[in-house]
Amino acid sequence: MSELATLSVTETAAAVSGGRTCALDVTRAMLDRIAALDATRARAYLRVDREGALAAAAQVDARVARGEQMALAGVPIGVKDNLCTRGVATTCASKILEGYVPPYDAHVIERLRAAGAVIVGKLNMDEFAMGSSTENSAFGPVYNPWDATRTPGGSSGGAAAATALGLAAATLGSDTGGSVRQPGSYCGVTAIKPSYGRVSRHGLVAFASSLDQVGPLARNMRDAARVLGVIAGHDARDATSVTAPVDDYEAQCGRDLRGLRIGVVSGSLDAGCDAEVKAAVLRAVKQLAALGCEIVEVALPHQKYALSAYYIVAPAEASSNLARFDGMRYGLRVEGSNLRDTYAKTRAAGFGAEVKRRIMLGTYVLSAGYYDAFYLKAQKVRTLIKQDYARAFERCDVLVTPTAPTPAFKLGEKLADPLAMYLQDVFTLPPSLAGIAAASVPCGLSSDGLPLGLQLCAPQFGESQLVRVGHAFEAVSGFQERPPGF
Amino acid sequence: MASGYETVIGLEVHAQLLTASKLFCGCSTEFGAAPNTHVCEVCVGLPGSLPRPNARAVELAIRAALALSCSVRERSVFARKNYFYPDLAKNYQISQYELPLNERGRLTIEVDGVRREIGITRIHLEEDAAKNLHGVGSSDHTLVDYNRAGTALTEIVSEPDLRSAAEAEEYLKRLREILLFLEVNDGNLEEGSFRCDANVSIRPIGDTKLHTRVELKNINSFRFVRKAIEYEVARQTALVSGGGSVVQETRTWNEAQNKTVPMRGKEDAHDYRYFPDPDLPPLVVTAEQIERVRAELPELPELKRARYMAQLGLTAADAQVLTMHPGLCAFFEDCVARLDQQRPGDVVAWGKRTANFMQSELLRHVTTDGLRVEIPITAAHVAELLALVEAGTISGKQAKSVFATTLSSGRAPSKVVAEQGLAQVSDSSAIEAAARAVLAQHENNVKAYRAGKTNMLGFFVGQVLRAMQGAGNPKLVSEVVQKLLSEAS
Repeated sequence: MSELATLSVTETAAAVSGGRTCALDVTRAMLDRIAALDATRARAYLRVDREGALAAAAQVDARVARGEQMALAGVPIGVKDNLCTRGVATTCASKILEGYVPPYDAHVIERLRAAGAVIVGKLNMDEFAMGSSTENSAFGPVYNPWDATRTPGGSSGGAAAATALGLAAATLGSDTGGSVRQPGSYCGVTAIKPSYGRVSRHGLVAFASSLDQVGPLARNMRDAARVLGVIAGHDARDATSVTAPVDDYEAQCGRDLRGLRIGVVSGSLDAGCDAEVKAAVLRAVKQLAALGCEIVEVALPHQKYALSAYYIVAPAEASSNLARFDGMRYGLRVEGSNLRDTYAKTRAAGFGAEVKRRIMLGTYVLSAGYYDAFYLKAQKVRTLIKQDYARAFERCDVLVTPTAPTPAFKLGEKLADPLAMYLQDVFTLPPSLAGIAAASVPCGLSSDGLPLGLQLCAPQFGESQLVRVGHAFEAVSGFQERPPGF
Repeated sequence: MASGYETVIGLEVHAQLLTASKLFCGCSTEFGAAPNTHVCEVCVGLPGSLPRPNARAVELAIRAALALSCSVRERSVFARKNYFYPDLAKNYQISQYELPLNERGRLTIEVDGVRREIGITRIHLEEDAAKNLHGVGSSDHTLVDYNRAGTALTEIVSEPDLRSAAEAEEYLKRLREILLFLEVNDGNLEEGSFRCDANVSIRPIGDTKLHTRVELKNINSFRFVRKAIEYEVARQTALVSGGGSVVQETRTWNEAQNKTVPMRGKEDAHDYRYFPDPDLPPLVVTAEQIERVRAELPELPELKRARYMAQLGLTAADAQVLTMHPGLCAFFEDCVARLDQQRPGDVVAWGKRTANFMQSELLRHVTTDGLRVEIPITAAHVAELLALVEAGTISGKQAKSVFATTLSSGRAPSKVVAEQGLAQVSDSSAIEAAARAVLAQHENNVKAYRAGKTNMLGFFVGQVLRAMQGAGNPKLVSEVVQKLLSEAS
């Protein structure tokens, strides 16, 4: 198998830009690799866009020939199937959108194409990004490349598995409550959830609008930083997108950490956290101290309410966002005896159990008489959590926690117990509710040989600090492993 | 009401804002385009699309609010109103709920000489729905045209301060007029760009709490609003007087049956599950922005009428006619200004003459369509024409034919007068010759005049003018005739 497919993002871009290879060759190698490995090892792709990728690669080669400099020249990238791609089906892994072809590209897709990336296909996910295992996909689960009997995490499970197995140099996922970080942790890759407003949501099919962010997954921090630099920035089509200038993230790679204050949340490792995860995080903290960081203990007293608040806010927004899937304009339509019946039959057949559960939850908490007690109160909790972080970041620059309380769990293990599934996101939810920047970087392997992740959190628009710490940590964490058969 | 009940009415007006593009996307708002041609991913609610507010719509809503004495909120919130219907692409409407852009205004109305101030609860922004077309051709399907979907509306909600159908009608007329003069809305009820719903209830006189109301929807003329409310008040009074009670429901005016009827499909009460739209940060307007809009507010019709009466000598009736449309006001004011510039100091006379001319000659040639007005002659030409009459160059009678020629040809009145040789004879020797001839022909009448029947002056003047075939300056003719009659005696 060609080595071209397993180059990193920066290696690929340099090789293509420098004329040592061309985008077409890289793309062909990647398409071959996907064809050889994906079906048996991951099932990460819902759709491989062979023609589109080859055409895009040819265009990139023409641009290189004209002397154009591109940050992602010829880099093969897979994107989560909730990002709209013009002319290529975008289903959110839901039957209700099966065969739906958007007439426009998401903002991040436009940015990738402009930077010379080659989009190779659409990645599997939990339906409408609701889930932590990718088992809620209407088109079957993704396997964890480290152990095919385990989940890759979710909801960007396809993105994480594809990145880990080298079925793309990097991928784009979306993160609402941990959906790039937790699968990043389970699959042993680096994942960044940008601050809310940093990356435009235009063309990202909404799950929970006040939480959703598109984020990169890659096999190292420099690669993730390069992709983040391409997709970040203001877009007038998203009213929540910010105009703050975008830092040079990649320039943070190689900076030392002397004098940086690393925060550890008091008591957060004690309850509900796997012993190996706890040990790995404590080891990481020691390694950071050895790099010259000052370790401080901080308190996030309202963090314990994050899960409850999240499962009010996110379903409430989802119940409204998903109302448009009604069989009238696009997607699945199941004819009923009248309008109401058509709505009901279409949505009953089109949505899976978890999506229905959240739509019902969300509809309930927004109902007359319940709004104040649930939605309004959850928003107040959110404000308190934001204030907790503001106080914590007075004392530290970057805060570290486990990304997930356990390593990857078995397929089917938590399907019957939604609450146990929701608890997988206990560490990733608070940063999402606060809108701050967060990332997951690999910090070791469990005794079963499963990757473990360290979550890094920085203040809003503090992505540079995540890159700086994550990159320096890579050198000392000792995590070089690739899944078996990479 | 003789029955001992009083009527309580609150009105909700949806007025389409005159923006070139929609409230949350760049699609055109042009009326009458082929179905589903002014659409994009935002206004048909495609997955992944996001709304972005139209700054012009915000400005127009603030303009309306300031004209209606509302206070403008510097931080207001867009909210989603959730319900399923095919004309709603996202199955929620972006509106404003708890924190609207504008609140607490008022509008003064006058009915039968009584002036009353009607409270305005709120003026907020929201997007319009698409248009459902039922049974197009032989089809039994409902087709949806999303051209209108996402058009910017402002909803103007009154307090339940109106006490009769006549007051409700007057309120709507004044409101429509104000929005038209502000160039915020085109006031077109038939095309649905100005729509009204009325909440109607009755209560025993002296009672201060609100009783069960009926919502009257989809009424598309002022006359129907009045008839629907009158009918509804009578219906509710009969019900309550007969020991029954009013059921809260939505009804509409059925013109064929001349009564209100319950609307179909409204049996279940909606829970709209309003919540702040997470796609839209709070709408922030600065005090400076608000003051800029305030500084640009045009003169409103009420003030115009007062000024026309006080400064330009118009009657209330004249002022009412000229303020039917901002285009007419502009024309009138332009005309008067031109005349005043030519001969300053007599602006009252110019005002009256211009108003008279516009009403007697011009209005029947004027057409309006929303904000547009078509006047087939320029203010400059009308001013020129009136000046020619005033200078005695042509008679009032000649002015009508010159006007007709200018209308059809577009040529300036002075040119028409020159080309057709219509200039009045103001040469007193020519007039004197004609007058002498007339007096010689009517010796008996001359004697009678000199014997004291001075009211015969008009007869002589008329005869002289006729002899001169209308070319004589009537004022000069009168002077010459008087002089000759007194000379000879």
